[in-house]
Amino acid sequence: MSDTFQLDGKEVAFESGQTVMQAALTAGHYIPHLCYHPEFKPHGSCKLCTVEVGGRTVASCTLPAEANLNVESNTGELNALRRTLIQMLFAEGNHFCPSCEKSGNCMLQALGYDLEVHTAGFRHMYPDRPLDASHPDILLDFNRCILCELCVRASAEVDGKNVFALAGRGSGKHLIVNAESGLLKDTNIALTDKAMQVCPVGVILPKRVGFTVPIGERRYDQRPISAQALDDAPRPPSGARHE
Amino acid sequence: MGCSNMTDNLETAAHPGNLRRVAIDPVSRVEGHGKVTLLLDENDRVHQVRLHIVEFRGFEKFIQGRPYWEAPVMVQRLCGICPVSHHIAASKAMDMIVGGTLTPTAEKVRRLMHYGQILQSHALHFFHLCSPDLLFGFDSDVAKRNIVGVAAAHPEIAKQGVLLRKFGQEVIRVTAGKRIHGTGAIPGGVNKNVSVEERDYLLKDIGQIVGWSQNAVGIVHRLFEQNIDLYNNFGTFKTHTLNLVRADGALDLYHGGLRARDMDGNTLFDHYDYGHYWDVIFEDVKPWSYMKFPFLRSLGPETGWYRVGPLSRVTQCDFIPSPLAEEQRQAFMTFNGGSATRATLGFHWARMIEMLHAAEVIRDLLHDPDLQGTDLVNIGNRQERGVGVIEAPRGTLIHHYKVDEHDQIIRCNLIVSTTHNNQAMNEAIRQVARQYIDGRKLTEGLLNHIEVAIRAFDPCLSCATHALGKMPLEVELLNAEGARVDVLVRASDGTFCLPG
Repeated sequence: MSDTFQLDGKEVAFESGQTVMQAALTAGHYIPHLCYHPEFKPHGSCKLCTVEVGGRTVASCTLPAEANLNVESNTGELNALRRTLIQMLFAEGNHFCPSCEKSGNCMLQALGYDLEVHTAGFRHMYPDRPLDASHPDILLDFNRCILCELCVRASAEVDGKNVFALAGRGSGKHLIVNAESGLLKDTNIALTDKAMQVCPVGVILPKRVGFTVPIGERRYDQRPISAQALDDAPRPPSGARHE
Repeated sequence: MGCSNMTDNLETAAHPGNLRRVAIDPVSRVEGHGKVTLLLDENDRVHQVRLHIVEFRGFEKFIQGRPYWEAPVMVQRLCGICPVSHHIAASKAMDMIVGGTLTPTAEKVRRLMHYGQILQSHALHFFHLCSPDLLFGFDSDVAKRNIVGVAAAHPEIAKQGVLLRKFGQEVIRVTAGKRIHGTGAIPGGVNKNVSVEERDYLLKDIGQIVGWSQNAVGIVHRLFEQNIDLYNNFGTFKTHTLNLVRADGALDLYHGGLRARDMDGNTLFDHYDYGHYWDVIFEDVKPWSYMKFPFLRSLGPETGWYRVGPLSRVTQCDFIPSPLAEEQRQAFMTFNGGSATRATLGFHWARMIEMLHAAEVIRDLLHDPDLQGTDLVNIGNRQERGVGVIEAPRGTLIHHYKVDEHDQIIRCNLIVSTTHNNQAMNEAIRQVARQYIDGRKLTEGLLNHIEVAIRAFDPCLSCATHALGKMPLEVELLNAEGARVDVLVRASDGTFCLPG
């Protein structure tokens, strides 16, 4: 027996302890998100999953589900704000999709398509962010970092290595490597680490893979991110899904 | 300066201060942006003619620091018309970097992609960009001198042109994943083969494509027969040539050794390993152009410039290894005692012969079961330097990279086809200025003669995305002090006016 809340006029069941995001995805309802990952504690930093509850805007990935909440997500106003957030992320870094090997597998790009971000919206900041190619098997392209901290969390919580951290404040905030030299070659990161698998954009890359997956077979070529995210969500036993 | 004598003194006028300047800016119905300036005296005598190209060469700089496997996808953004050329040239350079010899499947998929590119680019150039000049006349009614006019007057020719290009684009899509800017070629191989379904999809039309390509060769052949003096003499000059040839001397647009011949047909070098191209080719710089001027080292910068592209390839190969195109090559070589092989407008004939060859190569490859192979990539011992050279639609294309131990590109040099042809194009327009403009009152039709000569080379002026030939164009007449005396404006709808 579970309680329910309303999401865009539809009833969504939830278990005690679930967030609105978790319950929505489990029930097959997509709320756009970037820094949320089903295997990690919610972070609430990208704000893309912002929903409106009782006149307040709040990140759905950190909002505990409660009975009878009236949650609005798929509205014109909220999607416009999400588009603006995506535009800001694109403007803040150096995201050149045409030559990026993560193209087609990138959550930021996929969200841009899904939310119909058709224009830049802001002047690009063109930050100077040199690559770290020091590691023999792993490349770091900081140009594409969106500061979601998924690699920080994965390295610390799953790999137990603390390879990554964020440093600086405000617009100067950036991803660093936890080594005295600041270089990835001086860490104990391995290709098999969880931190290698969670980057939603094209920052942490196994070397020499590049464009080996042909166009048409990449993750978001077949189905949009809104459909893929539901595939990844934890599912209750068959037949228990609420629509 | 230069190998041609007649036009030597038209590069730099002796007393430019006393002359008026006419600019064709931008040159239309070519890829990218360029302009022509003419300096004329009070009697309309031509004293200086220059083709200026505002070619953006930033790629060589901003590829530095990038991982080498990114190069084939990034550098193809140089161009929206023949990106496959840059994609494959960079991939061939990266094959050397990763030390891999291509598997049969990888090489044949790449060849298919490249010949698809040749087909679509040659069709685009001939039908969309040049057929209006050739079918209607160089100074015909400017309102009809475009592809829309061709479609109205010669609907079957226009339709075949559009569908030939479309087929080439489909070959590219099947092999590279997208019609423009795909990812099919990767260091050491390809990322996909051609499925049976994809093969059959292309096979169902290939007979028609070969037939239409034969028709296209016939069109140019007839144009030469009907206008023999004009076609033989228009902007014609003698020049050295450079191109790749297969080990047996056959035409091969994907791979081979470098062959250079002087203007009298004497071989300067043959089957030269392009991995050391810098020992035989060097690049000169001139103060009035953003584009470099390559030359053959053995002849020096003054006389060592040369021509690349279809006219050089078809005339300098020993044979074309496909029967229909070879038959047409022999007709071309023997036409009127070989006069077309030296003519600037002979480019069009040679280009259509290559298009026919491309169609035949595609047909033969589609019947090769290696296209369905699954051994796609071969990696060997990592190298520091990679050079990739192909014959792009417009001519020899050189990509040269150095990669450090961290897999980052530290040096890149690109010599694109249009750069090789820089001096040759300047020579052609100086000839035309002498032949048609010198001492005559300027008209739009006369200025179009200059553009017709440039278009014959199919230049990709900025190696940038194509703009169809209705770009607004303004010809200014300035006095010696640089003040505007007169102006002729072509609007984007193709109409002309004299403002003020």
